[in-house]
This record gives sequence, structure tokens and C-alpha cells, in this order.
Amino acid sequence: MTRDRIARTSLYLVLVAGLLVVVGPFLWMLLSSFKTEAEIRSVPPTWWPSTWSPANYRDLFDRLDFPQYFANSAIVAVLVTAGNLLFCSLLGYALAKLDFPGRKALFLVVLGMLMVPGMVTFVPQFVLVSNMGLANSYAGLVLPFLAGPFGVFLMRQFLLAIPDDLIEAARVDGAGEWRIFWRVVLPLCKPALATLGILTFLSSWNNFLWPLVVATTDDKYTLPVALALYAIGQNRIYYGLLLAGAVVVVLPVLIVFLALQRHFMRGIATTGLK
Amino acid sequence: MTALLTRPSQEGRVAPVRKRKRKWAGWAFAAPFTVLFLVFALLPVVASLVMSVTDMRATDLRTPLSVNFVGLDNYTRLFSDDLFVRSAINTLVFVGLGVPLTIVAAMAAANGLNSGLIRFRALFRVGFYLPVVTSIVAIAVIWRFLLDPEAGLVNNLLAQIGITGPNWLGDTSTSLGSIIVMAAWRNFGSLMVIFLAALQGIPTDLYEAARLDGAGRWQQFRRITLPLMRPALLFGAVITGIGYLQLFEEPLVMTQGGPLSSTLSVSYHIYNQFGFGNYGYAAAASYVLFVAIVALSVLQFRLLGNRDD
Repeated sequence: MTRDRIARTSLYLVLVAGLLVVVGPFLWMLLSSFKTEAEIRSVPPTWWPSTWSPANYRDLFDRLDFPQYFANSAIVAVLVTAGNLLFCSLLGYALAKLDFPGRKALFLVVLGMLMVPGMVTFVPQFVLVSNMGLANSYAGLVLPFLAGPFGVFLMRQFLLAIPDDLIEAARVDGAGEWRIFWRVVLPLCKPALATLGILTFLSSWNNFLWPLVVATTDDKYTLPVALALYAIGQNRIYYGLLLAGAVVVVLPVLIVFLALQRHFMRGIATTGLK
Repeated sequence: MTALLTRPSQEGRVAPVRKRKRKWAGWAFAAPFTVLFLVFALLPVVASLVMSVTDMRATDLRTPLSVNFVGLDNYTRLFSDDLFVRSAINTLVFVGLGVPLTIVAAMAAANGLNSGLIRFRALFRVGFYLPVVTSIVAIAVIWRFLLDPEAGLVNNLLAQIGITGPNWLGDTSTSLGSIIVMAAWRNFGSLMVIFLAALQGIPTDLYEAARLDGAGRWQQFRRITLPLMRPALLFGAVITGIGYLQLFEEPLVMTQGGPLSSTLSVSYHIYNQFGFGNYGYAAAASYVLFVAIVALSVLQFRLLGNRDD
């Protein structure tokens, strides 16, 4: 009995220590974003702000065009998410439930794409988007991410588990293929669509390399790009501004994540990908 | 099996015209994705392979067809390029140390959270998963503060126990190690969720039977948990390996590949070559990375998968 208690207590201690190592830095970021520039640079560092000041957050608007970056991130993420939900569920349905010539080959090619490193497609995609005249445009930021292999895999796996009888019954009732898809199949897919939607939105929101290269003027920067360029390129870095910016990048994600974490966990557990 | 056997008779009832129409209906659903996929994924994959045997440079951007065929020159040049060799070694060290570290951290967290009677399990799970959903740029901001040699939390904690911490990111002997720890910190959460799902699939009566036979915790872990987790472990090793071979964002935001190329990865080298305008050369390097990813995946399946066969 007492041995069990010792074991459980030590387990708690280890887990809490782990949690501190993982979450502690985030708390420190949040607290420090309210400190003055001088206090942030002070040695040794402080945990609790000696005076709470919203100046860093005000600077996001005064020194940077923050609402614009925020809007750009949101526009791109919403378009990418909507595209993936539509295109991936269409193809996922076809792969799982319809028999058509070339189905197996198509699935293998799409699946194989998951193994191709981003750097292989990166340069030709840039050449392609530039030659289409889409550099520094929303279209250029969105188009290469509209059809992701991950979403097809997720939707197909989910749809395979839905009984054929439901679809067959609708067919017997004389419903056309499109009608079946919109009225019967999609409503059944809600849990998978929720998972795919959240994961896609997140990866688009956090996407860094592509917008860094494609967005070349201030008015097309996404949040991570603006923050990184500000952090890397300046002579005099205002750390308080940087920390406040990081909080604003993380906060929407954190809210979405906390509200919908069950979908996350299920999506990752079933597909194994983030 | 029965579904397969009954399908022909069902289809036989459908009128021939309708059947032919339905045979191609699948493509109507597949077409939108396939068109986008062809243009923005498959075409670039093929184009990259073609570019890798040409001398294409940024100046050929508008006229990609006017480049010269150079055979395997780019590939042979790669292996006599000291920076590429250096980046390949760095990447292998990163994968070799980073993948086991991430898997061990994820296994520890998953087993800790699964060992019953833990309260606040959801809180721990969400906390451990938080870095996975956080933008790399925000993580870089945080970690550069943590690792700052003077004002950083890490060195100030070390100072309290009388150790003078190094300049983690600025010293060639600690820079890559710092990146490895940071990557494990950032990524173990997603493996933890996969491992948790696998752990919950193990029947509890197996552990009960083992306890009755007098097996301790460690023996239960070795004889039951590890063998039954092997598919999940293999899967975790493969996807983490694929991801880590493409190491790029961490050094980009933390060290810019430095100091003295000690954190330059293959992907980062490719990105730099792209920046210098050497498109053909960058494409060749990306294909070498591709081959390495396929090779590592095959190797891991050989080592970890189907050992009993």
C-alpha cells in the first residue's frame, strides 16, 4: 500500500516536472510580454513583471501593421482549409466507395507524395507560381496547399468504415451520385471533417517557409513571416514587441486547440500525422 | 469477403448505360483534387528531377526550357562540396540522436499518463501537446530567450547550482545539441498521442495475469508493453525519421545554420542554394534527400518490423 503511494507520488512529481519544462517557457513568454524592455533584458531574469504594461501590445499596432498580418494569416488559412475539406472529401469518397479505372494507382501516387520531402517540390513550385504571375498574391500563397495528400488519406480511412448499405439504399431510391455525396456522405463525415479542418487550419496558420519566400511586400506578410523578418532583419530588436507578437501568434491556436482538443487527439491517433 | 462475392450480382441488376456512367462517375469526384495535385505536386516532383540534370539558374526563371543538359554533374559536384557533406553529417547526427530522444520522451509521457489513477490527465496531455501546435517562429522567440548566455533562464538556473552555462547557440560544441533538444521538446507530444492510443489498445487482463505470476512493473513493461507497442513504435520512428531528415525550420530561426555551419542541415543547404539561384544544383540535392528518406524508412521497417518472421 505504501509502496504504491510512493510510486504514485514519484510519478506525479516526474509528470509535473515534465509539464513545467514544456509549459513553463510559454508562461514565461506570456508574463514577459507585459514587462518593460529594460526588465526583459535584466540579469538575472524575473518571472513576475514588476509593473504590468500593455505597451508591447500597443507597439504591435504602432510600429507594425499587425491587423494586416493577422488578416492575411486568417484569409490564407481559411481558404486552404475550405479547399482541403472540399477536394479531399471528394477524392476520399471516390477512393473509398466508387470503383473507377485507375483508382488504385491514383491512391498509391497520392500516398507516395507523403514521403516526398518539401524541398523536392519547393524550387519548381516557386518557378511555377512565379511564371503564373502569382508571386506575392493570395493565390500564390494558397494554391500549392489546396490539395494535400494527408487529407485524402484521412477522409478515405474514415469513409472505408461507413457501411456501403447507406449509399446503396440512396442509389436504389434513385438519388444521383452528387446528391448522395452532399446529402448522405458528407453529413456522416462530420467528425473526420472536423479533424481535417482543425489540422489544416493549424498547419496553414503556422506555415512559414512558403509565405516567407512568396510574400515579398508588407501587405502580404503572414504573422509568422512578419515576426521572423522583424526578429532577424533589424538592427535594434525590441524584445518586448517580439514576445507580444509571439503571444498573438500562439493565442488563436491555443483557443482553437483547447476548445477542440478531442478532435485533434482522435485525428492524430487514427492517422498518426499532425 | 462476402461483399466481394455478392457485388457482381448486384451490379448485374443495374442497366448497362447507367453502369458505364457510374464507372466514370468516380473520376468526376476525383478530378478537382487530381488536377490541383498534378499541377502543384506531381509536376514539381518531375520538374525537380529534370532540373537536377540541367544547369538551371535563377536567371532562367522566365525561360525554363532554354537550359543545358549536364547529366549527373550536379550530383557528382554535391559529394565534393564540403558544405553539403557537412550538412549531411549534421543531419545524420540530428536524426540519430533526435529520433531516439523524441521516442523515449514520448514513451515516458504516454506510459506515465496511462498508468491509471492519474488525475488531471487531460491537463497533462494538453500541456505536453502544446509545442506541437505552436508556430516555429514563436518557439524560436521563446527558446532564444531561454538559451541566451547572460539573460537566459537556463544559464541562470545553472548559475544557482554553481555552473557557468555555455553560450548554447553560439558555441559549435553545443549548437547542434541545443537544436536536437529543442526539436524533441517541440515534437514528442504528437508521438505521445499515438503511443497513448496504442497503450489503451493493450488488454488490461494481460497485465493482471502477469502480476499474478509475480512480474514487477519493469518486467511488465518489457514483456508486455514493448512487444505489443512495436507497430506503434515502428510507425513513430518512421514518421519522426522522415520529418527529422528534413530538418530546416529550427536552424533557420535559431542559428541561421551557424556558427561555422555547425547547424547547417541538408534542407537548409538546399534552401541556401535556391537563394543563390542555383536551381539545378538545389534540385539534385533535394533528390539525394528524397533517396535518403526512402532508404531510412525501408531500413527502419527491416530493423523494427516483423522480427518474428
